[in-house]
Amino acid sequence: MTRYSAFAIAREAMRQHTGWQKAWASPEPKAHYDVVIVGAGGHGLATAYYLGKNFGITNVAIIEKGWLGGGNTGRNTTIIRSNYLQDPSAAIYEKARSLYETMSQDLNYNVMFSPRGVMMLAQTEHEVRGYKRTEMANKLQGVETRFIGPAEVKRLVPIMNIEGPRYPVLGALWQARGGTARHDAVAWGYARACSAMGMHVIQNCEVIGVESVGGQVSAVATTKGTIGCNKLGIVVAGHSGHLANMAGFRLPIESVALQAMVSEPIKPAMDVVVMANTVHGYMSQSDKGEMVIGGGADHFNNYTQRGSWQHIEETVRALIETFPMLSRLKMLRQWGGIVDMTGDRSPIISKTPLGNTFINCGWGTGGFKAIPGSGWAMAELIAKGEPGSLARDFSMFRFREGRFIDESVAAGVAH
Amino acid sequence: MSHRLGTGGRLIDRARPMDFTFNGKSMRGYAGDSLGAALLGAGQVLVGRSFKYHRPRGIVASGAEEPNALVGLGEGQRFEPNQRVTTTELFSGLKAVSQNHWPSLEFDVGAVNAKLWRFFPAGFYYKTFISPRPLWKHVYEPIIRRSAGLGKAPDAETRDADRYEQLYAYCDVIVAGGGVAGLKAARQAADEGKRVILTEQNPHFGGRAVVDGIEVEGQAAEDWVKAQVAALQAMPNVTVLDRTMVSGVYDHGYVLAYQRVADHTPGAEKPRHRLWRVRAGQVISATGAIERPLSFAGNDIPGVMLASAIRDFVVNYAVSPGKKVAIVTNNDDAYRTALALHAVGVTVPAVIDARKEVTGDLPAKARAAGIRVIEDCAVRYVEGGKSVTGVQLCRFNSDGGAVIETLACDALGMSGGWSPVVHLWSHCGGKLTWDEGRALFRPDANRPPLGHDGQGFVTCVGASNGEFDDEGEAAMLPVWLMPAQASYELRAKAWLDPQNDVKVSDVQLAAKEGYASVEHTKRYTTLGMATDQGKLSNINGLAILSDALGQPIPQTGTTTFRPPYTPISIGAIGGEARGGIFQPLRKTPIYDWHMAQGAYWEPVGHWRRPYCYPKTGETHGDAVKREINQVRKSVGLLDASTLGKIIVKGPDAGRFMDMLYTNMMSNLKVGKCRYGLMCNENGFLSDDGVVARLSEDTFLCHTTSGGADRIHGWMEDWLQCEWWDWKVHVVNLTEQYAQIAVVGPNARKVIEKVGADFDLSAESFPFMDWKEGKIGGIEARAFRISFSGELSYEIAVPASKGQAFWDKLMAAGAEFGVMPYGTEALHVMRAEKGFIMIGDETDGTVIPQDLGLNWAISKKKEDFLGKRGMEREAMVSPDRWQLVGLETLDGSVLPDGALAPLPGKNDNGQQETQGRVTSTYFSPTLGKGIAMGIVHNGPKRMGEVIQFQSAAGGTVAARIVDPCFYDKAGEKQNV
Repeated sequence: MTRYSAFAIAREAMRQHTGWQKAWASPEPKAHYDVVIVGAGGHGLATAYYLGKNFGITNVAIIEKGWLGGGNTGRNTTIIRSNYLQDPSAAIYEKARSLYETMSQDLNYNVMFSPRGVMMLAQTEHEVRGYKRTEMANKLQGVETRFIGPAEVKRLVPIMNIEGPRYPVLGALWQARGGTARHDAVAWGYARACSAMGMHVIQNCEVIGVESVGGQVSAVATTKGTIGCNKLGIVVAGHSGHLANMAGFRLPIESVALQAMVSEPIKPAMDVVVMANTVHGYMSQSDKGEMVIGGGADHFNNYTQRGSWQHIEETVRALIETFPMLSRLKMLRQWGGIVDMTGDRSPIISKTPLGNTFINCGWGTGGFKAIPGSGWAMAELIAKGEPGSLARDFSMFRFREGRFIDESVAAGVAH
Repeated sequence: MSHRLGTGGRLIDRARPMDFTFNGKSMRGYAGDSLGAALLGAGQVLVGRSFKYHRPRGIVASGAEEPNALVGLGEGQRFEPNQRVTTTELFSGLKAVSQNHWPSLEFDVGAVNAKLWRFFPAGFYYKTFISPRPLWKHVYEPIIRRSAGLGKAPDAETRDADRYEQLYAYCDVIVAGGGVAGLKAARQAADEGKRVILTEQNPHFGGRAVVDGIEVEGQAAEDWVKAQVAALQAMPNVTVLDRTMVSGVYDHGYVLAYQRVADHTPGAEKPRHRLWRVRAGQVISATGAIERPLSFAGNDIPGVMLASAIRDFVVNYAVSPGKKVAIVTNNDDAYRTALALHAVGVTVPAVIDARKEVTGDLPAKARAAGIRVIEDCAVRYVEGGKSVTGVQLCRFNSDGGAVIETLACDALGMSGGWSPVVHLWSHCGGKLTWDEGRALFRPDANRPPLGHDGQGFVTCVGASNGEFDDEGEAAMLPVWLMPAQASYELRAKAWLDPQNDVKVSDVQLAAKEGYASVEHTKRYTTLGMATDQGKLSNINGLAILSDALGQPIPQTGTTTFRPPYTPISIGAIGGEARGGIFQPLRKTPIYDWHMAQGAYWEPVGHWRRPYCYPKTGETHGDAVKREINQVRKSVGLLDASTLGKIIVKGPDAGRFMDMLYTNMMSNLKVGKCRYGLMCNENGFLSDDGVVARLSEDTFLCHTTSGGADRIHGWMEDWLQCEWWDWKVHVVNLTEQYAQIAVVGPNARKVIEKVGADFDLSAESFPFMDWKEGKIGGIEARAFRISFSGELSYEIAVPASKGQAFWDKLMAAGAEFGVMPYGTEALHVMRAEKGFIMIGDETDGTVIPQDLGLNWAISKKKEDFLGKRGMEREAMVSPDRWQLVGLETLDGSVLPDGALAPLPGKNDNGQQETQGRVTSTYFSPTLGKGIAMGIVHNGPKRMGEVIQFQSAAGGTVAARIVDPCFYDKAGEKQNV
């Protein structure tokens, strides 16, 4: 693998950039791997990466129906934060956030993690109390957050209207070390690093069946033939229910569309990420200058990556109230992704009823920020066969046992 | 040098000159001009700078596909960045400024990037700025952010001066595009009696036909179009909308049409934009086609334009981009531009044609007119900087690209063929097919977007469907790079996306590095991510990619077409719902009175409730304390109208109530009230309130203020989806009643003074009873329920009588010092009494048993919602945190949400805890801080002192006590 650096660019500039290698190889699948990961999105690739890095397991294939990073990894609003209320959530998201901090150096790929700060606005007395509670919890969880007043909010985000009229800003939960990253680069950086370790990233390869012997997984049938494996990791977000069905079990998952949009690019107007849960909208400005906007998930289950227009309207109205200048910008593009929602809106990183088969799903509207932590925990689960401390509480059997990890009070609509 | 021609211009009115400014410089155009035409007419070729290299940019196109010529328009509250000059209609006094340069358009320091192009290939930022780590945040990224972006942000401190409108419409057929194909389609549907909406994004109809001057049905296009539009406008079943673009097609025939009502008349008493939300039976896309640029070195220099755009400017506005305009093409259509220029006296030094032999009718006409046609020829390099000075020519596909001639010219028209506008077909999943002959993607009629009935609901007609009126034209030659063997140096100067500075070499680099999916290439190079969303660049880019990968174009495929077709204003998406009415504001009947009293408001759902009523000089805390003291001492009034009031009625009402509530409700006696709990299927407490049985088959369910709509929906959900055969009807009457709580030791006296026609005494009307009658002559229903622990009557009267009733109570209570009290006093008093509050003691993770509410969970009932959930192992665990009261030893108020830390950390390094505060207040009644909380095994640990987090960061000691701090025996409320 050619190391990326300013020096490498200078060297290539002198020879018309002819020396660059493929970022990742595109091999044909082998007959058998130690581990097959289904899904080359951020979570699947991160799982493979930490299998190699933390456990030395590199006879791994990551197989992908479409193009790598093409699911929710490539269509989210790139927010990274860990200001969660419940202990298990705070632990895994904070692990992820801390891994993001050094990811560019770790992968030798600039994922542009930008700790520009994330604020969650409190616009009702109830929300004030809720965020103060989160601040208290975060203190004991080792997550740095602070409840700030309206004046500090305005100082950090001068384009914000904090005076209402409907929902004046009463304060905000501020996580200075949260921020954003370049979503595609996260997938590409992991894919490049996995490939460099000798793993096979196999795109355009759809899984059409899961084969087992004596209650243990033995292979996956794919459009590129049958691929044997000792262990199988299913990391496919919105289509998890579909894959679980092939593996012979059911999941407590609903799939719904979550939409986002960007404005045309403008010169820097807002440095931090703002989430406004009372009015249902969140926004940041990308390095390219677009205002990146998201809101709540659609209210009905579906698999189209589109969604319904009234959600865009609701989100936009909320954000015009919060940032009146938006009114004179234009929407450049809207899109949707399919998010997999569990009953408590927290993820699943779990053993499954099929032996040596593990699943990582249910990240709902909040998966991007979790990618490295999720991959870390999933790799440990696959390598050891048992969950470690990060994954332990996220078993798929918790719903049967009543061990919910419900963030609804803290996370509100927007992850 | 661009200039205005002496005659012609089918759209302009030379009798009406209009003055405008560009970068402060005064210029003049004519009514009917686009801003782009006016700029070119005034000789302004350089209009902007590109995104990455800050290269000089001129107008390329004549319509919505324009990638370069974006300006800031207007001032102050009407400023808007990134407006396309080609779709902006000129008006007198228009002020435009160019973008993305410093210090000036002519001299831009950022252009140094262009000199360093070798170091800034596609994706260079993924490979560098990696270490040392802090530099990304503090140095690199801020520089990148500042140099990126396009227009300036609008002023943050002013609100948009314009208004926006939205409306719903329905039709059988919506036709997008008012060219010949669209007019014909609209007419046909209209003649069949269908309800038709016809939209045209421009102020004028006719599309290309009127520019090209063809004949339609034996008539000159100009006349035919006029007649058709007039006929359609006269038909009652047709709505004709100009300046209206169908921006998106959504599932089930939902269509957005974006009407620019008053962009050209700023300040007029009209909405600026109108967003039509149309439910259409069928969508007909008559959106035409967009000409493709050609990829040759220097194709981004101002003065290089689409051949069709030049024709538009000449014919529509009598504007020529130069005095000597060369044309480069791979097809016959571009000869129309050569002929149009020739016809108005502009010199066309040559038509440079990549084809070996040029044989069609149009080239023949051009030759006949004396225009030189150079066959098998390519533009090797465009000379010039801020404008074109000449072009170097070479053989298209031989001689290794050696220069054969340098042609002097000051503008260049280019045509690489046409791409149908298939966006509306594709938005909802319509698939495309590759037309090898014309080298274009057109709709695959066998794979249309499907409607609710499984049938296609979008049809493309005319050029949008890949049908061109090209009889007599010779075949085009697909040309994706010019010359075919262009060197790296040339490919690195051949722009695909001129706004984002993506060049042929960038796409080739992406392919080389394995970003082989078209989506990877797009994201790696930013190809097609500019404000034109690839309208000009996509096909050329993916052809280059296909070539680099050695695969046919259809195998590469396209990126996803997403709405909107072209950007639409965020103001229009928001519509009228802004400011005070951005969400519905629900007001109780007594709202105005509260307002007059200077209430401090608290939003509760869409309601606004008085938090307290501060008097002059009082803090909110002072006011709350005063209100509580007065209630406890004498009497206070609470406007409880927001409380949810849902009627459940029918023969199966009791059975239904037993399923909804954890308590037994079917055995409640008529005339009685009972406090009840509702849980979700998982057993978590979701709402609470008092139920009154109004008659044998009628229950009145009080819900929390914030929960009324949710609970109503919950009831309907169960009745409609699960128990559809139960004979129960529910109706939400929350807003039909004003409800006023008269609370305090003197409550009865106040009501007696107002005068009730029924007995109010404790004997006849005890606690948890309700009665109907007249109070003060007003029909009323009184409930003896209490959320404060005081003697209390909650009285519902018709909403229309709410204010009158409130006034009577205030008047009668005057001698007792009656005062209104707000939500905060309500909260504090309920906490003093140890009553739980949904949303404070509950958060979606708490079951009734956690809150000591086991008494409200029926053991007799076979089933109720949440019963099974509550039986799961973690729910019955003895280790659950349970409700207690908390008192600090020093009398201070515990902080909101404080946790009780334990020594030690869990496996994830988090501090262990044993409980948390759920509600915490200063109690004026007790003169100290009180709190409720849930604590591990709490009820068994009465009297124990444990530590909680303090506001200062340390801990504070609190004693576990009974949650009821006030009148545990109920002597105050049961009188």
